[in-house]
Amino acid sequence: MERFDYLIIGNSVGAVGCIETLRSFDKGSSIAVIGEEPHHVYSRALLPYYLDNEVPVEKMLYRPVDFYERLGVTPVLGRRAVGLDTAGHVVKLDDGRTISYGKLLLATGGRPIVPPIPGLDTEKENISNFVALQDLQRISRLLPLARRAVVLGGGIIGLMAAEALHKKGLEVSVVELAPRVLAPVVDEFTSRLIEEAFRRSAVAIYTGTTFKEVQGGERATGVVLTDGTSLPCDLLVVAVGVVPRVDLAREAGLAVNRGILVNQQMETSAAGVYACGDCAEVYDFLMGNRRVLPLWPNAYAGGRVAAYNMLGMKREYDRATSMNAMHFFDLNIITAGLNTAGEKDGFEVISRFDASSRSYRRFVLKDDRIHGFTLVTGIARAGIFLHLMRRGCPVTSFKEKLLEGEFGYLTIPEGLRRELLIDEGVMSEHAVANQ
Amino acid sequence: MPRVVVKPEVCIGCHLCEVWCVVAHSRSKNILKAFLYETPRPVPRVVVEENLPFTLPVHCRHCSEPSCVEACISGALYRDPLTGRVEHDAGRCVGCYSCVMACPYGAVVMDEVNRKIARCDLCKEMGEPTCVKQCPNRALVYQDSFTS
Ligand SMILES: Cc1cc2nc3c(=O)[nH]c(=O)nc-3n(C[C@H](O)[C@H](O)[C@H](O)COP(=O)(O)OP(=O)(O)OC[C@H]3O[C@@H](n4cnc5c(N)ncnc54)[C@H](O)[C@@H]3O)c2cc1C
Ligand code: SF4
Ligand code: SF4
Repeated sequence: MERFDYLIIGNSVGAVGCIETLRSFDKGSSIAVIGEEPHHVYSRALLPYYLDNEVPVEKMLYRPVDFYERLGVTPVLGRRAVGLDTAGHVVKLDDGRTISYGKLLLATGGRPIVPPIPGLDTEKENISNFVALQDLQRISRLLPLARRAVVLGGGIIGLMAAEALHKKGLEVSVVELAPRVLAPVVDEFTSRLIEEAFRRSAVAIYTGTTFKEVQGGERATGVVLTDGTSLPCDLLVVAVGVVPRVDLAREAGLAVNRGILVNQQMETSAAGVYACGDCAEVYDFLMGNRRVLPLWPNAYAGGRVAAYNMLGMKREYDRATSMNAMHFFDLNIITAGLNTAGEKDGFEVISRFDASSRSYRRFVLKDDRIHGFTLVTGIARAGIFLHLMRRGCPVTSFKEKLLEGEFGYLTIPEGLRRELLIDEGVMSEHAVANQ
Repeated sequence: MPRVVVKPEVCIGCHLCEVWCVVAHSRSKNILKAFLYETPRPVPRVVVEENLPFTLPVHCRHCSEPSCVEACISGALYRDPLTGRVEHDAGRCVGCYSCVMACPYGAVVMDEVNRKIARCDLCKEMGEPTCVKQCPNRALVYQDSFTS
């Protein structure tokens, strides 16, 4: 039986965060990564950017082609892990092979949700999810002949897919069950700005409704909505989110809630077995409890923290929370933390909208700290706010300034500024001492 | 890891570092040509904050565990383990601005015309960074990281 010191299941960003950290400290140990998809590590978040007739797979690679070789990693691709024996430290593959490990990371991601609706079946040739390279390739093949598309789901991925399809010249409709698009992700005001941007570009948005049924046989020919509206289509994209892939962990007896449960060292209930990314439930420092955060930076950072602990260097993941950078047509949006929370949840909310530039800012505050924020249009230097939020800095004394476009370090009171800028040596030692 | 360190107490807020940064990243490397004829003109990769009488130039810190790299969905941003520099491959950048969200220093500059980003690359092809060479009041120094 083959054996690796470090074994990773899932070949995506969580795996890369782990591998890069392992190798910055440990050049000698053996590492292998098992990936069900047959591809070199690529970025699924790039799908909307490369929706085209010819998919440039090379451009979608997340790391260069020599990545595994350069970092001394054995890729086991096109193989699925089907069994895990945590007592024996053994993983079983779908071809019957077994691999034993020293430490294991589960970075199995999520599985796209397909709601139970009559006729909605991604086996049909023109109904597709939008989460994997294979989906993109399938949609791309259909594009030359498609005129009308319907997207189920008005979340980030659905809306990005809708915009990309619109830009390919298709007539696009988005169908969202909630009363507004992006309902759990942004506040109502931002939802309206986004809906307006789509409507201006003649993308139809149907909210508060869903498919009653999908029409057609082998090929979907259209959908009927619950309100009776009928939308003909030759392409149907299902983008209603993903659920954590926990089957392997659950069968192995690991503690699983919605996602695989991990402690702040990213270790699961089984010693030596770690989990990160879309498959795991991590501690959100603002919520004060664990939740699934299906976000790119969370997978990378979780993989990194797992690596430290796998190496025996104790590290906690204490900076996880929700964060999104997104753009729809001419709107750039950045949100982080509990950005949709409001006064009824016990927070103070300050906001400002400038109608001429359509720029909008909303800050959620409590106990002298930022708990969340939304920036629309004026997103430059947004990371400073994230920094203040993660560090739990007191902001009451300058809170009105948060709403100003030109916010920067010089807006922050001197003492705090010095504290924030010292870490990476922005200012000279002399200046720090003298300011 | 050497990077640009600021002495804000001697910065006079002349913004010449921004000007020379544009020149250094222009095609012609000539100040007149860069500003008169090159379109789109490169964006300055240093941000000079102003809250008069105070001014503060901010450059990418080439962090050891960069939040921008963690957030970058395309792999355009990466840390070179040999040099310690954080590099940006503009050809792979899709302009998602996740790095703008992530950078604690606000050191990622949005290049909206090209829908890309730009950060201080330490003028790595030219030895010492151009802004450091050109700062009239020596408010910028190119030096190794210090610990407080
Ligand atoms: C279209 C799209 C756009 C997105 N855009 C953004 C964005 O802009 N910003 C952002 O923060 N997030 C974005 N996301 C979310 C982001 O892509 C995910 O959070 C991230 O990919 C999670 O990484 P991961 O490593 O946890 O798992 P995944 O990327 O889901 O990868 C898991 C991998 O594990 C494999 N696997 C699973 N089980 C097994 C098994 N048993 N054996 C072998 N292999 C297995 C899967 O096949 C898959 O390849 C986007 C997602 C999509 C789909
Ligand atoms: S862009 Fe920001 S996060 Fe990235 S290395 Fe530079 S200073 Fe650090
Ligand atoms: S804007 Fe470019 S460099 Fe920044 S995170 Fe997105 S792809 Fe990466």
